[in-house]
Amino acid sequence: MNTVSVQAKRSDQWQVTSDKLVTRHSSLVTSSSRLRTLVAIPLAALIALAVHLFVSKSEPPVDTRSYSTFLGMVLGASLVAVALQPFWSSLRRWMAHMCPIIAAAVLLLCSWEVITSGFRLLPLPYFPSPAGVLQSLINDYALLFDSTWHSLLLLLSGYALGVVIALITGICIGWFPYARYWGMPLLKVIGPIPATAWVPLAMVLSPSGTFSAVGLVALAVWFPVTMLTISGIANTRASYLDVARTLGAGQKYLIFRVAIPAAMPSIFIGLFMGLGTSFLTLIVAETVGVKSGLGWYVSWAQGWAEYGKVYAALVIMAAFFSTIMTVLFKVRDRVLVWQKGVIKW
Amino acid sequence: MVAASATLTEGSSLRVLEVSKHFPKPNDPAARTHALDSVSLSIAAGELVSLVGPSGCGKSTLLRLIAGLDSPDSGDLWVGTEPITSPSAERGLVFQDPNLFPWLTVRRNIEAGLVARGLLHEKRAEVDEFMRLVGLETFAKAYPHHLSGGMAQRVALARALINHPKVLLLDEPLGALDAFTRMRMQDEVLRLWEARGTTMLLVTHDIDEAIYMSDRIMLMTQRPGRIERTLEIDLDRPRQRNSPEFLRLRSDILELLHFAGQATSETHGRALV
Repeated sequence: MNTVSVQAKRSDQWQVTSDKLVTRHSSLVTSSSRLRTLVAIPLAALIALAVHLFVSKSEPPVDTRSYSTFLGMVLGASLVAVALQPFWSSLRRWMAHMCPIIAAAVLLLCSWEVITSGFRLLPLPYFPSPAGVLQSLINDYALLFDSTWHSLLLLLSGYALGVVIALITGICIGWFPYARYWGMPLLKVIGPIPATAWVPLAMVLSPSGTFSAVGLVALAVWFPVTMLTISGIANTRASYLDVARTLGAGQKYLIFRVAIPAAMPSIFIGLFMGLGTSFLTLIVAETVGVKSGLGWYVSWAQGWAEYGKVYAALVIMAAFFSTIMTVLFKVRDRVLVWQKGVIKW
Repeated sequence: MVAASATLTEGSSLRVLEVSKHFPKPNDPAARTHALDSVSLSIAAGELVSLVGPSGCGKSTLLRLIAGLDSPDSGDLWVGTEPITSPSAERGLVFQDPNLFPWLTVRRNIEAGLVARGLLHEKRAEVDEFMRLVGLETFAKAYPHHLSGGMAQRVALARALINHPKVLLLDEPLGALDAFTRMRMQDEVLRLWEARGTTMLLVTHDIDEAIYMSDRIMLMTQRPGRIERTLEIDLDRPRQRNSPEFLRLRSDILELLHFAGQATSETHGRALV
């Protein structure tokens, strides 16, 4: 009995000390990891700046000044953020989450510079340094802005047109057996043809390049959105429809208040797929037909062998497309708020 | 046979005459399952009747026919003096799964029947009354996936009742709830029934539930589905779940079900109504 209690005591003590150890260890971990996140961006920016200054000695100063300024701004902003974070909890949380990834991006830029201007491993003019790309971006900002604006107009009008038509066809085919009989075979034959394959026909048929580009983007969006709308409508749980009928619902209520809301998650998958194909089609359409927009800009810059501008346009495209994606995600979160906690994408 | 305690009677009588229904077998479309064989029953306005029987005996089929969601191969169904041809707001249906519309909040789910009939504007005040009636005022803006099973089923009941149905069809509405929630919900359904005088037809395979709640119990047999026996339950309300009469009825029904199980092949008797 005695020995047992002694043993128990001893094990308690052991437990206590090990707990202490654990807490000390974990606090050590958190403080060191916090320190690491805080210094990550300034350190990365400093390294990138040092590499840049060392590497670009041989380059003309005009090309490199703006990149130095850019890195200096990153360094400055990160230091300001570090100074502010003790007083601003939401900034602190954001930094804990974002610092590693931003620092990695800065280091990636740095290694790009080492490979291009540093060791000259890649042939010029096809692979300019980040400094060169930034310079092209600044020099040509007016035309780039104009191209982005044109692309945006074209994309939005094509996407909107495609979505409206797709929702109408999708709901009809999904709901009415008659529409399904006649519509489905057409959809199965026409739909899978990539929209870009219609380019030759579109150029012959349409009065202007812009017109055909809008049509092509709309066509690209139409197929996935129609398909997913049909599947969503047709897969509406029969019991929802039964319940609605016994509540006195007519055809209109069943379609607009039961089938369409029930199909919304599926429709959104179609909207995202359609957005992807619309980006692709937009760039192709602009490359071959329209005389404005980012796709046109890329092929135009390539024609002059100004690869700095090509990359600048790619950077803009990345920002442009991911912004639009983000907007669609926000819309989705709004519309599908009832699924909160249920969906995982 | 109308419940004496009913303060008002919104309910209507229900008659089912010689109704038969077949279904094609899923794996062999040429062969047909005989789901209901010449079923007849009659329920007075404001009466609460239970249908009890083994699973697959056609209880749910009968309920769907009365709701108007399916049509019989032969026979007629009437609510009051009107024949049943299609679904209607005057015949509410509550399933075992509450089937709340997940994209609508609790309040909007309850409003659904009014919206469907274009009456929301004039009857908005009634929505509040129903939210109170089922005790869900604080959950008005919650979405169904935040509700417990019992709460969701209360919303489903309120959603069906807001149309003031003449007949409320309950297809094992409490089957998925735990024992305690179920007993509480039984009292709640009885309270609503007594307050409104709605005619109710309750499908269940819980014998205690049937005895506790109903004026009459109809026992059904399997394939083809028939009503084998009808029992009057003339215990005073509120009923005691552990009274000797209750327990005697319970053992009687168990015996009957067991007996019915053996005798179906021989008797082939007409349904007792």
